[in-house]
Amino acid sequence: MLSAKCQVLRLMVPVTTIHYLVVAAALFVLGVIGVLTRRNVVIVLMSIELILNAVNLNLVAFSRMWGGLHGQVFSIFVVVDAAAEAAVGLGILIAFFRNNETINVDEIDLLKW
Amino acid sequence: MTPVATPFFFYLLSGLAIAGGLLVITRRNAIHSALALIVTLLAIAGLYLMLYAPFVAGVQIIVYAGGIMVLFLFVIMLVSLERTAKERQFNRMWPVGLLAGCSLLALFMSVYAKGKGLFVERGPQLPESENTQQIGIMLYGEAGRMGQYTFAFEIASLLLLVAILGAVIMAKKRI
Repeated sequence: MLSAKCQVLRLMVPVTTIHYLVVAAALFVLGVIGVLTRRNVVIVLMSIELILNAVNLNLVAFSRMWGGLHGQVFSIFVVVDAAAEAAVGLGILIAFFRNNETINVDEIDLLKW
Repeated sequence: MTPVATPFFFYLLSGLAIAGGLLVITRRNAIHSALALIVTLLAIAGLYLMLYAPFVAGVQIIVYAGGIMVLFLFVIMLVSLERTAKERQFNRMWPVGLLAGCSLLALFMSVYAKGKGLFVERGPQLPESENTQQIGIMLYGEAGRMGQYTFAFEIASLLLLVAILGAVIMAKKRI
């Protein structure tokens, strides 16, 4: 019992790259679940932000692992993309809300055959 | 290199980030989701600091928590309805989505468990004090020469211009 506890502690104490990867994977999966299950478009967009943040965390962790800065520069580009995506997505949402008075994903099926 | 922050901070920040993420996808009120997302973003900024990336942490706080989230809050105020908070929050296929997410997590975990030995730190670590300067050199170049990412940086500015135009045209009443 005690040795098992010691082993868990040894696994936990030095924070290595894999710890960050596990956190990022958890955030990514939370975002995926949000995108797949929520009905509110605003929350779907927020879940996409969660996914992008998980990717950013991975990039910075790998940049730390390799000792370079390329991952950090790339994560800044990902932030730029996230800003562009949020602006355009929310603009589309406002335009849609003005016409249809709804923000439910289930009711946005104009292009569905 | 001896780490500055203790593992305790790592577990605190990652716990905050994951708890915030859980709240984002479960809250009924969109404003509450946005506030939980801000908690997550700030916790991730702390994790960046622990990874010796102060510039990315600053960008995260200023652009994400300060810019994008304000945009989200404005849009929530513009489009929020009494009705949407009262009706069903999850679509009919939510067990399938949950199952897909959990199997994705299991896939990630099995990959990480198998390849644990691959993720060891290697290569010399740059001093933290030069982080911002080095990123600036990579983005803008140095001594009149173009940096490695200057062209990509210009393309990103073009992307932002297109996004601004698209957002304005989308949100206009009549085009």
